[in-house]
Amino acid sequence: MSWGTLRNTGQERELFQRRSFVAVIAVLIVIGVLIGRFYYLQVIEHETYSTISDRNRLQVQPVPPTRGLIYDRNGVLLAENRPVFSLTVIPEQVSDMDALIGEIRDIVDVRPEDVENFRQRMDERRRPFEPVPLRYHLTEAEMARLAVNRHSLPGVEMEARLVRYYPYGRLTSHVLGYVGRINEQDARRIDQVAYAGTHYIGKTGLERVYEEELHGEVGYQNVETNARGRVMRVLEREDPSPGRDLTLSLDIRLQQVAQEALGDRRGAVVAINPETGGLLAQVSTPGFDTNKFVTGIDHKSYAALRDSPDKPLFNRATRGQYPPGSTIKPMMALAGLASDTVTKSEIVHDPGYYQLPNSSQVFRNWKRQGHGDTTLYDAIVLSSDTYFYKMAYEMGGSRMADYLGRFGFGSVTSLDVRDERSGILPSPEWKRRVHDAPWYPGDSVNMGIGQGYFLSTPLQLAATTSVLANRGERHPPRHLRYIDGNIPAQHLLPDIVRPPVDMGSESDWEYVINAMEDVVHGSEGTARRISPGLNYRMAGKTGTSQVFSLDGEEYDEDEVAERMRDHALFVAFAPADDPEIVVSVLVENGGSGSATAAPVARQVTDAWINGFPDVLTRQALPGSMESDGGTAGGQP
Amino acid sequence: MRQEFVRQIAMDPDYLQRRGGWLSRLHLDPWLLLLLMLIMGFGLVVLYSAGENGMAIVRSQALRIGVGLLVMLFFAQLDPMLYRRWSPWLYLAGIVALVLVLLFGAGAQGAQRWLALPGLPRFQPSEAMKIGVPLMVAWFLSQLVLPPRLLPILMALVLTALPGALIIAQPDLGTAVLVIASGLAVLFLAGLSWKLIMLMVTAGGASIPVLWLFVMRDYQKERVLTLLNPGSDPLGAGWNITQSKAAIGSGGLHGKGWGEGTQSHLDFLPESHTDFILAVLAEEFGFIGVTFLLALYALVVVRSLFIASAAQTSFSRLLSGGLAIIFFMYVVVNVAMVSGLMPVVGVPLPLVSFGGTSIVTLLAGFGILMAVHTHRRMLES
Repeated sequence: MSWGTLRNTGQERELFQRRSFVAVIAVLIVIGVLIGRFYYLQVIEHETYSTISDRNRLQVQPVPPTRGLIYDRNGVLLAENRPVFSLTVIPEQVSDMDALIGEIRDIVDVRPEDVENFRQRMDERRRPFEPVPLRYHLTEAEMARLAVNRHSLPGVEMEARLVRYYPYGRLTSHVLGYVGRINEQDARRIDQVAYAGTHYIGKTGLERVYEEELHGEVGYQNVETNARGRVMRVLEREDPSPGRDLTLSLDIRLQQVAQEALGDRRGAVVAINPETGGLLAQVSTPGFDTNKFVTGIDHKSYAALRDSPDKPLFNRATRGQYPPGSTIKPMMALAGLASDTVTKSEIVHDPGYYQLPNSSQVFRNWKRQGHGDTTLYDAIVLSSDTYFYKMAYEMGGSRMADYLGRFGFGSVTSLDVRDERSGILPSPEWKRRVHDAPWYPGDSVNMGIGQGYFLSTPLQLAATTSVLANRGERHPPRHLRYIDGNIPAQHLLPDIVRPPVDMGSESDWEYVINAMEDVVHGSEGTARRISPGLNYRMAGKTGTSQVFSLDGEEYDEDEVAERMRDHALFVAFAPADDPEIVVSVLVENGGSGSATAAPVARQVTDAWINGFPDVLTRQALPGSMESDGGTAGGQP
Repeated sequence: MRQEFVRQIAMDPDYLQRRGGWLSRLHLDPWLLLLLMLIMGFGLVVLYSAGENGMAIVRSQALRIGVGLLVMLFFAQLDPMLYRRWSPWLYLAGIVALVLVLLFGAGAQGAQRWLALPGLPRFQPSEAMKIGVPLMVAWFLSQLVLPPRLLPILMALVLTALPGALIIAQPDLGTAVLVIASGLAVLFLAGLSWKLIMLMVTAGGASIPVLWLFVMRDYQKERVLTLLNPGSDPLGAGWNITQSKAAIGSGGLHGKGWGEGTQSHLDFLPESHTDFILAVLAEEFGFIGVTFLLALYALVVVRSLFIASAAQTSFSRLLSGGLAIIFFMYVVVNVAMVSGLMPVVGVPLPLVSFGGTSIVTLLAGFGILMAVHTHRRMLES
């Protein structure tokens, strides 16, 4: 303390107090600056930062509508929406995707295909911060494990989504088609606003045709989200309007009967209610499970379907174009009578071939030894080619095309079938236009028995046969029956009135139909083999469509490779005098129509007219499902 | 002297009680205590909203405050002479601890800051040096005639720079700057000439490029760059500043209301209960709330400087004045950081941010201040 005595403590204290005063002033200035800073941020720039803060947390989210359901004529659900829990990833929130997928794999089962599909979807065009599904159909146990681990998996969400489900996927594949994820191609043709929030869109079949009605209208909600994008609060909501439910004319039981009748053969069956044009069944075999397409089919499975020689993705019923063969003979007969080319009493001798006048060109009858003397009636029942060769030659291509065109050949017949092909109704004008070649008499001859350039689809054959069944009245085939349960389809799908086919007299029509009845019931009818046990009158016509021409040479069916065999055709309606159902059957490479196609048609008409086996009704019809083990799969 | 003291008590046993009631008997300064309690109380209210766990975090913080108040009470009882006597030893112990940290310290995020000695709880020696340095510099300068001459000034600078360098080596630039500032604050109060102050400010400015090139780590440089242009990486390094400013600005004049802050409750604001708690306060209580808190801080500093001015020994004046200024610097650094005026450095808001070490150290400092004030009269006679 030696210095202490020398110190001027008063002066030191004064010095300190001056410095303290400076410090206080400095403190006040700095506090002033800080308060000024907050004044700037909170008062002057308040609006700016409020906007930033709100933009942080407030988002407008689209609320996708629920897709409309599809029922068959008995109210059986054919297309429904099932909640599916899926694991989704928001790529924007993930820094190392490979590591994350590795971690997820430790928790839930993720197959390599899932990862492949996931990466594919990630590369596709999508909305920013939109979750991309990695695994669908999580089990309860997987959901529980994910819930526990979610905090360590940023960007991973569990999402409950309504996913389209087809309880009868394989049975309805070519009718309903399927929905699938909206891809870039779809994105170009849809209204982006209307589809905000929607993940699936109708790709084929009725799902595509009625996309607009099934989709519904998008809703919106203003939500508050946290920094990780999770919705904390819904502030405002405008509900979406669900899509409209569709009821079809289709009877899923008939569909099943037809499919089973075709078995594992490639072919098609179309059944129409002639009174309304309502499609009762529309089958193309083989089918495929449409459910696989909904959430995205993996490359391998898709390639297998695409490259299968059986072409399961090909809709034979509406897009398969085959020479109609002899199935057009009844219509040719009417055309011949109406055009006075032939009369009912005229007798043509059938030696087994037809030779063009003033030419050496010979056209063979399918029956080598011929049918002898035949009337028009006989020609239908026995399916005499010779008779129709002669008639066709005499009628000429233009007139034939005119008469047959009135039944619907050569044009799209249906109202709401996706991508129906029109087939080809050849004519001299058509040949000049398309092939730039003259029409030869031989073209007429071939056309007269539904060969040559003539092409038709099973659906078109059913439609044209339905005109016969209706004695000239035309009801275009259609699927839609009711909207939203009880609103007649006419509101959405107006009846298109097609003028009735007005040719020949009423007796001409009955004459032809009687002949068609004898095709089935007559002792010499080409389809007589299906008549035993028939308890109703059925009118039909067999047909064989050539795949491979052997230029007039006789050939042995067994020696021709299976794929080279003729397609078997059969068209029919029953009961003949007051038809309730029209059926067309195609069996690819089935050989003769009488042997393979006609029995299929009979099974279909039998079921429709005599009733379905109980087991089918139990499986399909609601209300009786509980008696069954739920094999049909659909849960209401 | 001792005899006089005893005689005084004997003559007037009610002396202390009459002068300031029971608080004075506990050697507590009522004004300072009131202001500190207001700040900490307000802090708990904000913390309830900022923390996600509701009362749990508030209880935890209240417990730390309780511990801190006990420490403060203890430090207030000690005679300032005692601090003076212990200053060099405390300082020496701190230096040894800092060296030990560098040799054996436990670290986090690439820095060694913690020291775990057997038998003692884990602690940061650098935190203790926030008090150790002003103690030492005050002890040193108080033995001299003030204002100090050049040689003592240089020695005081060395006393300040030594722990500063040790802390930079950890590395913990933020704390080092504050520790060095605490030594400089004492020098300033001791009467460092304005000429030298200008010189040091100039030298400090000139050393910035040196710091930038040789001392600062990449993450520190990044923080500075981010401050200058937060938009450059809005989701990365600029996130904290952007979200903090959005929280403050959107609070407006009156704030969104207690518990209504969307920025913090929706997790947009990082570190909302620790370093960035002021942004929560600003969002929910608005400009009015911020001004109220800053005013409380200013009053604490002013009251502390008043206590320093009223102190009777040179040591007490320098120590308490230094503690007051360093407290204010903590406030400024945090507030400037949160409002985007300074780079993001990990400095909590004094007495408000969640966390124990900081509160206990600060309240210990205020305990010393109160000791200086309440032991005054006994020394005077």
